[in-house]
Order: sequence, then structure tokens, then C-alpha cells
Amino acid sequence: MPRQIAFYGKGGIGKSTTSQNTLAALVEMDQKILIVGCDPKADSTRLILNTKLQDTVLHLAAAAGSVEDLELEDVMKVGYKGIKCTEAGGPEPGVGCAGRGVITAINFLEENGAYEDVDYVSYDVLGDVVCGGFAMPIRENKAQEIYIVMSGEMMALYAANNISKGILKYAGSGGVRLGGLICNERQTDRELDLAETLAKKLNTQMIHFVPRDNIVQHAELRRQTVIQYKPESKQAEEYRTLARKIHANGGKGTIPTPISMEELEDMLLEFGIMKTEEQQLAELEAKEKNLCVAS
Amino acid sequence: MSLDYTVDGQFNEGLIKEVVEVHPEKAGKKRARHLGTVKEGSDGNPTCGVKSNIKSVPGVMTQRGCAYAGAKGVVWGPIKDMVHISHGPVGCGHYSWSQRRNYFTGTVGIDSFVTMQITSDFQERDIVFGGDKNLDKMVDELETLFPLARGYSILSECPVGLIGDDIEAVAKKKANDTGKLVVPCRCEGFRGISQSLGHHIANDCIRDWILGKREQEWETGPYDVNLIADYNIGGDAWPSRKLLEEMGLRVIGSWTGDSTLAEIERAPKAKVNLIHCYRSMNYICRHMEETYGIPWIEYNFFGPTQIAKSLRKIAEFFDDTIKENAEKVIAKYQPLADAVIEKYKPRLDGKRVMLFVGGLRPRHTATAYEDLGMQVVGTGYEFAHNDDYQRTAHYLKEGTLVYDDASEFELEHFIEKIRPDLVGSGIKEKYGTQKMGVPFRQMHSWDYSGPYHGYDGFAVFARDMDRAINAPVWNKIKAPWKAA
Repeated sequence: MPRQIAFYGKGGIGKSTTSQNTLAALVEMDQKILIVGCDPKADSTRLILNTKLQDTVLHLAAAAGSVEDLELEDVMKVGYKGIKCTEAGGPEPGVGCAGRGVITAINFLEENGAYEDVDYVSYDVLGDVVCGGFAMPIRENKAQEIYIVMSGEMMALYAANNISKGILKYAGSGGVRLGGLICNERQTDRELDLAETLAKKLNTQMIHFVPRDNIVQHAELRRQTVIQYKPESKQAEEYRTLARKIHANGGKGTIPTPISMEELEDMLLEFGIMKTEEQQLAELEAKEKNLCVAS
Repeated sequence: MSLDYTVDGQFNEGLIKEVVEVHPEKAGKKRARHLGTVKEGSDGNPTCGVKSNIKSVPGVMTQRGCAYAGAKGVVWGPIKDMVHISHGPVGCGHYSWSQRRNYFTGTVGIDSFVTMQITSDFQERDIVFGGDKNLDKMVDELETLFPLARGYSILSECPVGLIGDDIEAVAKKKANDTGKLVVPCRCEGFRGISQSLGHHIANDCIRDWILGKREQEWETGPYDVNLIADYNIGGDAWPSRKLLEEMGLRVIGSWTGDSTLAEIERAPKAKVNLIHCYRSMNYICRHMEETYGIPWIEYNFFGPTQIAKSLRKIAEFFDDTIKENAEKVIAKYQPLADAVIEKYKPRLDGKRVMLFVGGLRPRHTATAYEDLGMQVVGTGYEFAHNDDYQRTAHYLKEGTLVYDDASEFELEHFIEKIRPDLVGSGIKEKYGTQKMGVPFRQMHSWDYSGPYHGYDGFAVFARDMDRAINAPVWNKIKAPWKAA
């Protein structure tokens, strides 16, 4: 059985970028990899395939009639250094049920042997785990370790805690564990410190701190990973480090201990990310006073 | 005429205790509120004293249906010149196909579609990408197949509600495209606690999407009435309609048994609404009363006693001609009823019956049994509300066992201990009861017989009950080794 991992995190945090760069580094370590994109946006494989967007399982199935009418070759593309790529796809926003789509797509891939002859299966999942469909990769016999991509922003921390709750829910019945937090630097105050504190509270580790570097955007504009675009760069080395850490982390995941909202908010207050109501009111008053003076 | 007999209330109270005890404490406590006997209430009137229209206790085998069943099966299904689309996976439409035996005149597939099963047959693709596009296309195809269809109802099944399809938008678009009425009905099965909410939702759809929407050219007359909530099961509405017409009334709408969309649309032109099944259509009667000032009268066409009472009650609303006509009608048919009673009463006298039906018949048929000399010793509804039970107690004798939303276990226990001569309930209860050696009649579908309404129906009713109770097979069920 291949090792299965999944990347979760707040929407827009950089899950797809981080995961594709990391997997590109992992393939350099002679690992055979399958990516399963679980986001209706279908942007989990474009840096690997160097294409705009890949045809998705669900769109092809809809065109053909049903998933039973598809062959694995129809939906699987091979990208950078042999990485196999699939995208679940889903409906346009506001229609149908994307969650059911993820379930259908994953079942199809599994039943048709996509998971054979690979060392890693990596799921890249939509930011908000809004329903059971998007929790599919956390369920029994799917991902063994979840990596949460986060940053020092308040909402990213909320999301990380919520995802931990989801993992905890399924940790008892299946083998899913929290692999660690990946901090994708946003250059907020005391970001590293905050990430490590949260990791500790969640009973996990901050597995790697990925510094911010514009080279990532330059690579993305060319639909490439940094590994492919500038293999000698410092940032490429960061992703290689992350890949090595994840590779070495197999079987070392933990059952998370998500914290209560109160505890989380206390932590945010302590780090100055959130302000108390008194502070907020005082600031508002000062601001209004200034406005009066100005006019 | 009210038959004189007594029911052993104390024995029945004991039975209630027995079934409640079997449940876990919390469930038993909940079920106890739904079981009772007829007693004198604090106001001096008889009361059933049971709670109703509450979510079934998890784990018991309830007999209830769902909102889709109530909307499609009961209210929409019988409207014959509309195509009723079961929107969702195939099962809901398939297993409710022609289940209610709503008779109609017309040619199937040409101008009538009651016995057809039309479904959008959702596939996985429709769940993931939404079913609106298919629905749109489906109406186009139906237009080609059935150009004489007068309109469409879209009855949504559970998945449609879960994925949030916009069937209202599709309905509006297709109404524009086709120039016909297209009615979206949000009757997803998970809504509410029984089929009763489906009736309500369907009533609301008629209110919001049909009544008052198109100009009605209709020359009104002084005796125009609507026959509301007779679904023409086994042809029930036909003898009912005959009686009303014979007394000089003009039935301008039959809701919804054997009805056309035009009859539904012109209903607000009537002088009075006559409602049979109060539970499933009181909503629309109240709406027409508030909006169009049309009064409504409840009536009961089961058995000669209630028929005569109802005909006089209806006639009261009109002038002397109608009142006289009502008396003439009663005088004309009473000998027929008497002959039926003369024939069957000797065979049925003193026989005891237990009923468990939907929302009307547990009370409405009681007097018809008594007309034949039979005794109602227990009755209950699947999905009645408090106002139904208020209308029930005066039909019953003190001490009669009343069970709301009875579970399979409770019903079996009551039947076993009371050992009635007849049980009237549904298909799910039929064979179990017969295996207990107790005669049975299906009282939802009339057991593939009917009609039971009106004087004509009473003759069929009496014959059927006699056939069930006095069938020679019941003499053969004694074990031979016990005979010795």
C-alpha cells in the first residue's frame, strides 16, 4: 500500500503551491507519486503538469455518462518527473454537490487501480471542510497523515484548529493522524513562535517554516514549481527540506488535541493578533476623535 | 341512529400499560402520551386524550410515510391532465406508482397521466452537477410526448433539497417556454415528521402557483360547489358527486380525485367548499375562506346515517329547494341502504372492529360500521393532528382504545389481546394480522375494491366487510391436534 498524505488548510493559504513544490522535491528522492486534487477549482496539479487546468474525473464522467464509462487513462496525466496527476473536479459554484463529487472521484480512482504502483498518494483538499465529502480523505483507509498548511493569521489558526477536530473525529475509527503544521510565512508578528505554540497545544509539531519568497510567484506565473523553475534557489532547498522531513515522518503522526474557542482566543490575545473588546472600543473612539479633529 | 354498546375501558388501560412497559423508560414515557381511551373531558365532552403529530420514537416500527408521499401520492397525483414529475432518483416515483388507486376518466398518455410514472431518474452526475438542466430538458421532451398535458408539477425528492437545486427558477422558465402552469413543490421526504406535512406543502403550492394566477372564464351559478379532498379511491368521488348533483348542486371542481387542472383553477368561483378529508386539505379551504370568502363545510359520506346527516348539513347552506331535494335524495336511497343493512346486519351484528388508518377514516368510517351493527373497539391515526382527535371522540364509545402513530409492536399486541373480528388498516399490517387468525381489510386502498363513499359505496363496503369476516377460511385455522 502506498503512503497516503493529505494537505488541508484555510482557503488561499497556499496548500496547492506548497504541496506541489513539496511533491516535486519528493520525486527527486525517487518516490513514485499520485496527486488527487479534491477541489472543484481543479488547480492542484497545474504546476506539475505545466498546463492551465487538467480535465477532471467528474467533467469527463458527466460528458461520458457516468464514471463507469471512464478508463483510468482518461483521467490520469503524467507530469514533472513522472508524477501522476488526477483532479476530482466538481460543479460550478452554487450548483449541485461538490462533496459527493469528491467521494465519487476517489472511489473511482481506488477501484480502477490508480493507487497501485505508487509510493505516495497525496490529497489536496478544498479549504473549508464543509461537509462529509471533503472529509473523505481523512476517513478510514485513506490518508495516514494530514499536514495542515497555516500561517500567523487569525483565520488560518482557526481553520487549523477546526481541521484538527475533524481528524480527531476519525482518528478513533481509522488510522488517520496529524502529521504536523506547515507554516507558510505571511510575515505576521512572532509568526514562528505562534506556529510552534499552536502545534504544541494541538499535540503535534511545526514540521517546517516555509519563508516567503517572491520566486514562488515567478514560478507559478510560468505554471511551474520552484523546484523545476530554479532548482538551485534557496527556496527550492526549503521545499526539499520539507519533503525530507515529511518522508522521515512516516508513522509518526499524532492524535490531535484541538483546543476550545476560549483557549484559542486567549492565545491570540496573548500574541496580540486579537484585541480585547476594550482595546477595540478604545481604538475606535480614538479614531473617531481624530476624524472629528481633522474635519 | 347510534348503536348501543359498551367498551371495556379498564381492560384497554391495562393493555396500554403492557405495551408501554416493554419500551425503555424514556421511549415508554413518550409513547404513553400517544395511547389512551375515550373519557369524559373536563368540559364534559368526550376526549381521546392523546398527543399527536409528534416525531416518531426512534427504533419503533412506525407506519408513517414522508412529505413526498403526502404531496405526490395524495394531493398532486390524482390531477389527471397534468404530468407529475418525481424529481430525483427513480425509487420514490417507482414505489409510489399507482399506489392510491385514484380512478379517472380519460385516455392514459393522451389527456390523462395519473397511472404513469414520470421521473427525472437522478444519476450520480445530477447530484454532483445539479439536476436543473435535466429538468429543463425533461419538460421539453414531455411537451413533445404529451402535447395535451395541461401543466406540470415538479415534486422534489430528498436529494434535490440536499443539493439545493433551484427548481423554482426552472419552473418559471418552463412556464414561459410552454405557456402552461409549471408548479415546483418542495416536498422533500426528510421534511416534517410524516406525510401530513406533504399535504400542507402541496396545498401551499396550489395557493401560490395556481389559484388566482390566470383569468378564469366561468359563468358562476348559485349552486356551485367544490368537492374537496375526495381522491376518488376506487371511484369514491363518483357516487359522492352523484348525490350532490341529484340534490341540485353543481360540482364545479373535484379535488383532486378525477380532476383536471381547470377544475383546480376555477375553484375560487364556487359558493361553498365541501371537504371530506379534513386533514389533507383544510389548509386550502381556510385559504379560500380568507382570500375569496368561500365558506367550507365538513361532511361524511360513509354509511347511511352519516350520509343523511351530511346531506342535510350541506342543504342547510342553500335555499328551500335544495333542502327539499336533499330530503328527496335521502328518501330515494334510504330503502337501498335498508336493504343492504337487512342483508348484512344479521351476519355482522356485534362484530368488533379495530381501525388504524391515515388522517380521516379512523373516525369517518366508525358510524358506517355501526350502521351494520358492528362495534368500533379501537382506532387510531398514522399522522392526525390535535384537531383530528378533537373531531374523533364523539364518534366513539367511552373506553374505546385510541392509539396515535401506533408501532407495529403496539398494534400487534392490541390485536392479540382484544381479538377483534376485523382489523381495518394498510398493506403493511394485512398479512401479519391474518396470520394471527384475524380477518382484515385494507382501509387505505379499499383492498382493491370500492367505492365506499355514498349510498352506492355503502353496499360495496358492507359486502366487503362480510366477505372478510365470514370467509369460511377462518374456520380452518384451528390446529387439528388441538381439536382432539
